[in-house]
Amino acid sequence: MIKVENLTKRYAGQPAIQDLNFEVGKGEIMGFLGPNGAGKTTTMRILASFMPPTSGRASVAGYDVFEQSLQARAHLGYMPENVPLYTDMRVTEYLDYRAALKGVHHRRVRERVGDVKELCGLKEVEHKVIGTLSKGYRQRVGLADALLHEPDLLILDEPTIGLDPNQIRQVRELIKNLGKQHTILLSTHILPEVEMTCSRVIIIHKGRIEACDTPENLLGKIRQAGGVVLEAKVGTDDGAEQLTKISGIRDVIVDADGDWKIFSLRVESGVDIREAIFRLATERHWTVRELTQRRATLEDVFVELTHPDVV
Amino acid sequence: MRTFYTLLSREVRSYFQSPIAYVVMIFFLLITGIDFYFQVSFMNQRQVQYTVQEAFFNSVFFWFAFVLIFPLITMRLFAEEFKLGTIEPLMTAPVRDWQVVLSKFFGALVFYLILWIPTVLYFAIFLKITHQPAAHSSGAYWGSYLMLLLLGMFYLSIGCLTSVLTRNQIIAAIISFCAITLLFFIGLVQFILLDVSSATRDFLGYFSAIEHMGTFSRGVIDTRPIVLYLSMTIVVLTLTYQVFQSRKWRL
Repeated sequence: MIKVENLTKRYAGQPAIQDLNFEVGKGEIMGFLGPNGAGKTTTMRILASFMPPTSGRASVAGYDVFEQSLQARAHLGYMPENVPLYTDMRVTEYLDYRAALKGVHHRRVRERVGDVKELCGLKEVEHKVIGTLSKGYRQRVGLADALLHEPDLLILDEPTIGLDPNQIRQVRELIKNLGKQHTILLSTHILPEVEMTCSRVIIIHKGRIEACDTPENLLGKIRQAGGVVLEAKVGTDDGAEQLTKISGIRDVIVDADGDWKIFSLRVESGVDIREAIFRLATERHWTVRELTQRRATLEDVFVELTHPDVV
Repeated sequence: MRTFYTLLSREVRSYFQSPIAYVVMIFFLLITGIDFYFQVSFMNQRQVQYTVQEAFFNSVFFWFAFVLIFPLITMRLFAEEFKLGTIEPLMTAPVRDWQVVLSKFFGALVFYLILWIPTVLYFAIFLKITHQPAAHSSGAYWGSYLMLLLLGMFYLSIGCLTSVLTRNQIIAAIISFCAITLLFFIGLVQFILLDVSSATRDFLGYFSAIEHMGTFSRGVIDTRPIVLYLSMTIVVLTLTYQVFQSRKWRL
């Protein structure tokens, strides 16, 4: 559905993205992650034909975004970052206008506008002036707009930015449902969202692709996959000293809670060391009240790939 | 065609959704109303060689209001879209650049023409009260309004060009005001420079909006200004289109 080859964009000589190559297949929900300024918005703007690349090619639904821009745009629903809207218009009026602009047949405009209002929960504000709407509602107007012409592909630039947790949950549900019929490329900072909704993830950093895989594979690949927490009374033992001898443990951080010691262990990926810890504890007669494995999250992957010094 | 019509109707409606339209209309009605009142009361006091309609379209009031409305009408056209970022959803919809440029130009033109509708009433009221026509012939009306249309197209295209150059409406307004005022005064230079040859004076006279309005409002339809203003409008709109397209490469 999306095909990107050697895509490069420079602003006044400074590269914003360099040699991007990726493909998004039909029906996929692709998450697009990266720190601020990594080139996410630039890539999305090129895909939406808002600006041309410096070099390389990109195509949407089989149409080149530069040479067959009009057809490409007709097959794509794009929601820009911060959702700029005409603040003087009313919601229904705006959606009617956008539907006509996107070539929805005039007999179907009313039906489509009704459908997207229903889908995005805009019924109660349909007669309001957009300028008076809250951020969450504006976001939904933008999403409704992107859906109007039933595009094969949706490109959403930070669809949940500035929303409260309830709204984020609603939008996430909406995106999940949309993913059943549409191909979606979405960028976001909220990593749990990606884990829950996306079938594949691209992590981009300083204009280059650092990783492109399913969330599960990404989690498996990173060096340090989560950790183990142990809370125990260790008596006269130091605790940390004995624990570091277990193979697979990278380092130990110790905290105290009265008589109890809390050990945060960082471990190598792919090994379960809880059994070894249990054996050590029985051997040394430690009293254990907690032994848990914390699963690695996409956040760990993200930090490891885009900020290696922190790890 | 439907895309163009959709864009155009939004442009026209957007004038009436913002307070600017009403402020401009009130200002314009006030000035033209005063203009008309002055001309009629002036003629009540002495004998003159011209008609009410001619005086109305050639007074200082008229030109003052005339030069001032174009920046007010056009400043927001592109600058506001750039500023609010609405250019992004607009240009990622399947629309062509020329459709956007022309819809903005014609949208402004429609609003400009709406501004002039009440002035037709002035002449109708004059006829009803005095039982005399305000002009010698219907040709004088046609001539005046034709010249309004031609000058309007040219000056609105200049406003479009200055608005596409910046994302700041005030800057757009100031540049277009300066450009329109300078163009307007080129025609007056012939009265200032006394030591130039009559050929130079004639040449400058070709660009004089005041002179064109003078002849057209007497009902004399001269093809030279028609060609001048139509061709200049096309040139300036082409420039606007080029600048608008170039934004992609400047980003």
